[in-house]
Amino acid sequence: MESLLKLCSGFDPVTIGTAVISGVLTGLVYGLSALGLSVIFGVIRIVNFAHGELLVIGMFLALMLFRWFGLDPLWSIPIAAAVLFAVGYALQHFVIRRVAYLPDHYQFLLLAGIAIMIVSACLVIFGPDAQGVQLPYALDSIPIGSLIIDKVRLYAALAAVAVASALLLFFKYSSTGRAIRACADNNLGARVVGLNVDRLYALTFGIGAACIGAAGCIILLLVQVHPYLAPGYTLLAFVVVIVGGMGSLFGALLGGVLIGVAEDLASVCTQPSLKTAFSFGLLILVLLLRPQGLLGRIAR
Amino acid sequence: MSELTPAGRAALLAFTLLLLVLPAFATGHVLSVAIICLNLAYLGQSWNLMLGFAGLLSIGHALFVGLGAYASGYLFAKHGVPPVIGVAAAIAVAMLMGALIGYLGFRFAIGGVYFALLTIAFSEFVRILLDHATFVGGTEGLFLPVTRRSGVDLINLRGWTEMFYYVILALCVGAFVLCRAMLNGRIGYFWRAIRDNPEAAEAVGVHIFRYRMYAVILSAGMAGVSGVFTAFYNNNLFPEQVLGIERSIEITLAPIVGGVGTLFGPIFGAFVLTPMGEFLTFAVDGLKESGLIAKNVKTDGVKLMFWGLAVALIVLFKPSGLWPWVCRGLGLVKSPEQRG
Amino acid sequence: MAALLEVENLSKSFRGLRAVAEVSFSVEERGIVALIGPNGAGKTTCFNLIAGAMRPDSGHVRLAGSEITGLRADRICDAGIGRTFQLVKPFQDLTVLENVTVGALHNSATVAEAKREAARNLELLELGDKRHMHAANLTLPDRKRLEVARALATKPRLLLLDEVMAGLRPTETDRMVTVLRRLRAESGLTILLIEHVMRAVMALSDRVVVLHHGEKISEGTPAQVTKDPAVLECYLGEGAI
Repeated sequence: MESLLKLCSGFDPVTIGTAVISGVLTGLVYGLSALGLSVIFGVIRIVNFAHGELLVIGMFLALMLFRWFGLDPLWSIPIAAAVLFAVGYALQHFVIRRVAYLPDHYQFLLLAGIAIMIVSACLVIFGPDAQGVQLPYALDSIPIGSLIIDKVRLYAALAAVAVASALLLFFKYSSTGRAIRACADNNLGARVVGLNVDRLYALTFGIGAACIGAAGCIILLLVQVHPYLAPGYTLLAFVVVIVGGMGSLFGALLGGVLIGVAEDLASVCTQPSLKTAFSFGLLILVLLLRPQGLLGRIAR
Repeated sequence: MSELTPAGRAALLAFTLLLLVLPAFATGHVLSVAIICLNLAYLGQSWNLMLGFAGLLSIGHALFVGLGAYASGYLFAKHGVPPVIGVAAAIAVAMLMGALIGYLGFRFAIGGVYFALLTIAFSEFVRILLDHATFVGGTEGLFLPVTRRSGVDLINLRGWTEMFYYVILALCVGAFVLCRAMLNGRIGYFWRAIRDNPEAAEAVGVHIFRYRMYAVILSAGMAGVSGVFTAFYNNNLFPEQVLGIERSIEITLAPIVGGVGTLFGPIFGAFVLTPMGEFLTFAVDGLKESGLIAKNVKTDGVKLMFWGLAVALIVLFKPSGLWPWVCRGLGLVKSPEQRG
Repeated sequence: MAALLEVENLSKSFRGLRAVAEVSFSVEERGIVALIGPNGAGKTTCFNLIAGAMRPDSGHVRLAGSEITGLRADRICDAGIGRTFQLVKPFQDLTVLENVTVGALHNSATVAEAKREAARNLELLELGDKRHMHAANLTLPDRKRLEVARALATKPRLLLLDEVMAGLRPTETDRMVTVLRRLRAESGLTILLIEHVMRAVMALSDRVVVLHHGEKISEGTPAQVTKDPAVLECYLGEGAI
């Protein structure tokens, strides 16, 4: 356990600075993935336990497109987003809607069942081995002063910000976006004024899933994919959303950045393998002390 | 016994007899599958206590199993403490953790899905800590010395596979008897009241916190005992294998399929899922042999997919589980009117 | 007769809205007092404050002289107060008998004894023949009687009834009134009830307390209160006087 006692103070600003920057960049990607979760929970009040599995579908899709067409995962974003939108829409409309009247834990169980099916399908189709993309710029980096930024991380973060911005603009300015926000605020009121809440819920799940799909493409730039990756990302998304605040879109991004930085700092100061434990510790603290998260608006 | 119809009594008798004599005609593989099945049934009953009786969803139950396994395994491997005594430590550690999580959950008024997330968070946190705990082997595992594989040594839990079978069978039956006694007693009434309507329960004098804690602590302790069994049956422990989230989810499958909140549901669920899973594996392997499906199809994946599908279908179409439906259909249990 | 329940300057605000403002009244032993007032007057909040479902901001509640202010609901039950809910809360998955047994277990050592006590209470409320029905399948009037039976099973000294007559037909109302009168006569039960159904209020109560906008505006016998100008004004408006 001696390794646990390595002190941060022994490290120079460059290492810390690099860790913070890479943390912010990775964190933005985490934030995008968590956005999907947050949107779904904020509007439909469904906790999507199949989150990681949808992410992994996005990753495998990007992988296949890379293999067959040499498409850089970043260009696969629109395709993955479209496919996952359809998947999400169908899921909400045909399946999840039916358990809306049952107590909360049935939703979880249903989504867990679906998650298991997705993981096993991936296992059957792709096998258990980790697979990734080899990009020409994978090892490039951009030096800023004495700090080093990975090109891949930078592009990933930029893509994440782009998608997140598109989403935020959609919710703020489009009429569908406003309709969806109305449903989130007041379900009954929305129905009373004639909004087709079921269709809007399906749309919302689709949008959330599209977000997750986009995040999947982006994450493929950074890590290799295998079917058992899913649960880890589901949990990570939960940590991000709970820290940042369920139902708050900015909160998801903020939470992502915080977790990203915390993880990278933790891996520099202690052992890299402990960084996830740190995230879980943070989750426990937040659940206990401020379950609505930093920016959350949803009461427990 | 008074709540069973004659048909029900006959069914129970047949089932019990079958289980008792199984080792006589079961091959090695079937016996080990039966052991896994019974373990799942036992764990399912423990998990069911928390959700079905106290209304708390736990998706980190493998934590209690793991703590029990590591506690007793460590004491045996490094200090030679036999499991017969080690089980007390296992139960104590598991119960303490259960008490902690339960207390935190109630003190901070966390319910529903947030509580479930709390259980996962604790489970993963402990798993990663164990990965780094060199005194129990960390990721390289904790190995228990196997002194003998034959005979019956209940003190050290060493011996024939048949011995393990009867141990887990006894545990399973014991759990069932215990749960039944509690459910029919004062504590069962209060649990069901709390589960149904906590506010109304409190208004008739039920101390909600105390009874929920009983459920959590008992559930955790039971799971801890299973951990001891797992440790001594497998003789090796790895944090990922014992405490991984897959284990936690596995524990929930049998009760969901059988029926959350029912007495026999988890057992029924285990005895439906396990043989079907085995059959499916057998069928898929057979189909691969005869060339009807590609050789690179992962059999494990197929079994997993079946289980996921089973859960999804049950939640969608029979949320109260298969056991109540079977029970009514076969007329195994008396209705309240018949009981008088 | 000594006062069994004393409510003194009870107050509760919700984010600036004064739901209950310095309300004081008492209920004497074996008495039946009705708490009336227009909707939103603070009657159910008062109940919740007395029964431990909420904590008051200020004020005191005493039962037979002992402070019970702000105690948790199950401790209030231990002290001897039983209550029903305005929106009935049966234990849906349990049978009628099991519902009342939960209440009876408060004072019984064994389940068997509790079941006998529960059956007795069901007979009192004329629900005996429905004892094996699941609570979820009961009609509303029956659910209300179940609430009362369950509260009674805890052997309270004071029974708080929240709009127990709402939705009942006149004949059912009369039956309930008879049952409650009998309970008071035979077991010395004290009753505080919130009621809108005037038929029941007039027939049942010894005294009436009127609340309006969280304040007590009148108190007296049913006859006195129904003639009080302040009361008439709050129900019918200024122009009607």
